[in-house]
Amino acid sequence: MPEPMGFYTDTTVCIGCKACEVACKEWNQLPSTNGGANTLSGDSYDNTRRLDGIHWRHVKFIEQFNEDRVDGRWLLMSDVCKHCVRAGCLEVCPTGAIIRTEFDTVVIQSNTCNGCRDCIAACPFGVIEINPVSGTAQKCTLCYDRLQGGLEPACSKACPTKSIQFGTVRELRTRADARVAQLHGGGEQRAYLYGADESMLGGLNSFYLLVDKPEVYGLPPAPKLPTRNLVPGSMFAVLGALMVGLAGLFNLRDRGSRGAAPAVRS
Amino acid sequence: MIAPSSTWFTAEPRWGWMIVAYFFLGGLAGGCYFLAAFIELLGRREDWPLARLGYLIAFPLVVLSGLLLTMDLSRPLRFWHMLIERNTFMPMFKAWSPMSIGSWALSIFGLFTFISFLGAMADLDRDRWPGLQLLRPTTLFSRVVAVVGAFFGFFVASYTGVLLAVTNRPLWSDTPLLGMLFVVSAASSSCALMILMAGRYGWTTPAVAGLHRMDKWMIALELVVLVAMIVSLGSAARGWLNVWGLLLVVLVVVPGLLLPLLAWRPGRFPERSAAMPMLILFGALMLRVVIVYASEAI
Repeated sequence: MPEPMGFYTDTTVCIGCKACEVACKEWNQLPSTNGGANTLSGDSYDNTRRLDGIHWRHVKFIEQFNEDRVDGRWLLMSDVCKHCVRAGCLEVCPTGAIIRTEFDTVVIQSNTCNGCRDCIAACPFGVIEINPVSGTAQKCTLCYDRLQGGLEPACSKACPTKSIQFGTVRELRTRADARVAQLHGGGEQRAYLYGADESMLGGLNSFYLLVDKPEVYGLPPAPKLPTRNLVPGSMFAVLGALMVGLAGLFNLRDRGSRGAAPAVRS
Repeated sequence: MIAPSSTWFTAEPRWGWMIVAYFFLGGLAGGCYFLAAFIELLGRREDWPLARLGYLIAFPLVVLSGLLLTMDLSRPLRFWHMLIERNTFMPMFKAWSPMSIGSWALSIFGLFTFISFLGAMADLDRDRWPGLQLLRPTTLFSRVVAVVGAFFGFFVASYTGVLLAVTNRPLWSDTPLLGMLFVVSAASSSCALMILMAGRYGWTTPAVAGLHRMDKWMIALELVVLVAMIVSLGSAARGWLNVWGLLLVVLVVVPGLLLPLLAWRPGRFPERSAAMPMLILFGALMLRVVIVYASEAI
């Protein structure tokens, strides 16, 4: 069995070229938005806007400038499915369409998905959406078909700056730790890894090097599993059902002559 | 705006009016069934028509529920993938996925409502359905079916709230109380629907008065659970500070809960008035509308 595979995305070297988006669309034969008649968003250079069923890679452009735009920086980040070790989408999927592969990645089988959209609501990162062509929920597969053929995913292959790196998760973590140390040594104290250890959903097999708070990149600071609510939610539901049952017992049982017969005749 | 919870970073599943309608009608189906079961098992002989009425309501609503759920799928013809794994043709069941458990529970509940429906039909016209007399209310068989069916009725009426909680969406997954709220609301709206129907037939048996008393308690309890639900959201309660929060007050709390509570007078019930049951039913529908859409709008 192969080792767990993943992406390490170093956002500090992303130049916002969107080669990853294009390579992803080409390899996975994803259609254009509105038949190619895309409207400009007006939000920096970002016209993709979000990850969805036909955008499995999304380069985010975050402009951090002061009022007179003399000082500032760009934050660029190529977003993708995190391939969580403990995946919320996989937990809730009622059809078994979402599977964990031999590469420890999370893949939606399009022939099984019936479009109930529970995984869309369950994903802590807002990654999944319905692909209007297939009518099924879709997202990054970490190029499962390419991996099976011994190739690396299309996006990391196309990335010209090695912002997106592909490899075994273990090796990527070593590489990322060294990069953080290098940045800290060079004076960039804000650099840290998002999702590289087990504390976040058992580890994100696609993790990030960031230089600002997760929220700034549109990432949840504390992503959780949907099933955290299963036991407490069920307990309260049972409590509610018990109260309803007791009310039924008290009010609907035959109370003989002590009952509410006079009220009925009023 | 700083997001009040990590749930604010997720995508909306676009569960629209068909899911809202299912939450309402499925709740009524479950509620009418367990009320009918209570009346059959605990009530007087003169109350049996009311139990029959509950069974007659439940089955068509379950069928409608199944249709709504199927139509809401992006691939409706694959509805059976919920129950049978498509590649192995083995049963598909995940005990930790509310949608998976709910699919099975709704199917099993559908079977029980069908049996009780047949029994109620047989009871309505004893000469026409001689073969179905075994299924008639208050036979031993019917009582066993009622007990098991009522369990699944409670399940169907409550799991939908748990399903919303077992996601990562704002407002839904920020509280564990939606299942409790939904089952109490299903009970109050089902009481209202049966009172409404009983009123149309001019029935004034003890169980009708019992439904009135029960409904008052259910509405009071629903109000308490609703307030507790908002409080349990913590900082995520800010997600209600918009038009949906306003509609929660104007369309749910005032007409569906406060008005019926204030209009209640002890020792008297307006059995001919359809206004109060209608308001309670309206409030229960609107409760599901605002809870679903308030989160979808974030």
